[in-house]
Amino acid sequence: MWPLIVHLFFSLILMFGWQNLRLQKSVTIIANFVSLAVAIFLFVHIYNNGTQTVAAGGWEAPFGIVFVGDLFAATLVLLTAISGLAVSIFTVVSVMNARLRFGFFSVFHFLLLGLNGAFLTGDIFNLYVWFEIIIISSFVLISIGGEKNQLEGAVKYFALNFMASMIFLTGLGLLYGLTGTLNMADLSVKIADVDSRPLVDICAVLFFVGFGIKSAVFPLYFWLPASYHTPPSAVSAIFAGLLTKVGVYALIRVFTLIFIEDLFLQSMILSIAILTIVSGAFGALINTNLRKIFSYLIICHIGFIIGGLGVYTEVAIAGALFYLIHDIIVKTNLYLISGLIYRIKGGTNIQNLGNIYKDYPKISVVIAIVLFSLVGVPPLSGFWPKISLFKASFINGNYWYLGALIFGSLITLIIVAKIWAEVFWKNADTLQPTKRFIQFDKLSNLQRSQFVVPIIFLAVISLYIGLGAEHIQNLVTQIAHDLKDNQSYINAVLNQEQ
Amino acid sequence: MEIVLAIVTGILYAAGIYMMMRRSIVKLIIGVILFSNGVNLLIFLSGRLKKGKPPIIPESSDVFLELYTDPIPQALILTAIVISFGLQAFAIVLVKRAYKVLKTDDLDQLNTTDEDT
Repeated sequence: MWPLIVHLFFSLILMFGWQNLRLQKSVTIIANFVSLAVAIFLFVHIYNNGTQTVAAGGWEAPFGIVFVGDLFAATLVLLTAISGLAVSIFTVVSVMNARLRFGFFSVFHFLLLGLNGAFLTGDIFNLYVWFEIIIISSFVLISIGGEKNQLEGAVKYFALNFMASMIFLTGLGLLYGLTGTLNMADLSVKIADVDSRPLVDICAVLFFVGFGIKSAVFPLYFWLPASYHTPPSAVSAIFAGLLTKVGVYALIRVFTLIFIEDLFLQSMILSIAILTIVSGAFGALINTNLRKIFSYLIICHIGFIIGGLGVYTEVAIAGALFYLIHDIIVKTNLYLISGLIYRIKGGTNIQNLGNIYKDYPKISVVIAIVLFSLVGVPPLSGFWPKISLFKASFINGNYWYLGALIFGSLITLIIVAKIWAEVFWKNADTLQPTKRFIQFDKLSNLQRSQFVVPIIFLAVISLYIGLGAEHIQNLVTQIAHDLKDNQSYINAVLNQEQ
Repeated sequence: MEIVLAIVTGILYAAGIYMMMRRSIVKLIIGVILFSNGVNLLIFLSGRLKKGKPPIIPESSDVFLELYTDPIPQALILTAIVISFGLQAFAIVLVKRAYKVLKTDDLDQLNTTDEDT
């Protein structure tokens, strides 16, 4: 409950300081530190004491709306706080003041509020409401500034995300008609008693399509590469790290709690995951704009996570969760890096870039760590979840998925090698300085450090995820166990008194 | 009554999706509005219709003596209407702005984001 209040409180404060940019900049950084502290506290508390619930307004579950903090939700809230902090520091220097003036930070905090709410809620309609908060703030963030391709991306983004919400709402309405409850734990109990299984399957497919559009799975992802490269890099970073992942979170939550163990759903999810990996990989291969490459890599790696859900064993879910944790940090960082490169070189088309290793060797080493974590070079963070996923798919005989995983990893490796060679090692002409913003080497030291510190911060965290993989592995195994055997979640929600 | 509303819902869905498939951005917005109204009616129907019954159970009765109207779908619709209203208002402003900047309302012309820059 607390992370929500922090963000609501600070976004309201920021609304009052609408005109004063310096005030807004400092308040937003303080706010993110506070929310990080709260998130750590919440995480530790839940880790020690098990699942916590808060019933809003004192109405007990399953009648009132409950907030449920289980370990899965708490982990994601923590990750949200980490990437929110990094992005806010980066935003302060990288986004132009003309954009920030329209209440940028206020909306940014509403976005984080929506994300935290979506992670913590235990009520499916409430989840819809949080989704709407997320998408409306993201619409504002994506269209703020009003450049040509930005507005175009915003129209596409709007149309598909609105469609997704409506499809989700349709599924929700049908589900309520079938079971007469909206509480997720209660739904999980009552859905077993529904006689007409085809209707339940239809609901499941509607939910899958709704969340699938948001998390950009195979046939539904076209809005993502059309819009993610248009807003400023800081905005893309928070979108890339968290917005698609909230769709994945909802998928994992709904398909482990409500629609469980169904051969039809499993094979559907698996085949879509395979197609997502393959199509995302091809998309990343043919593009030359750095940010577009990253967009397609997001799609490719969403396939990894969804596939882990599709295999549906404890090891596979643990692998998928580990990948989710790793992916949030790394993808946020990748977009921050693309923003940094844009600031250094004035462009993001890899054909025109070069020389970065020669000019900035120290930054390049940090970026190399991030890129290698993305590929999964042992012992960095992308490596460990892939072991679990490979193992689970091999044991279960999902060879197509195994093949797709290997293919996706290989393509990622090729792309990273290409980026490294083209952007960092290649000799290139120095680009003409543009007048739209101050070049990186002309900034003051403080401003420069504000560019670099978030990247280093996130790189250190992904290093920790890689080197301290044992901790994370224990964590995800426990989460996967709780998700697979959802009785503990149901008990925590429905029997608060005992 | 339910069958009539069910058919109306179907028509709204179909019309909404048809309008979203058109090339004009304004028609996209109209499609979005129709679609969201269809969803609202669907939720309304999912609570079953009981004519003229209040959504209140007398305090004295321990069991449900007679059918009562389910209040939850109505609360849900109210929330959904407010949310989709806000989104539609935003969408209209966005489309107007996009039209001013892009000088076209044809969705097929919106392809600068696919080019490499």
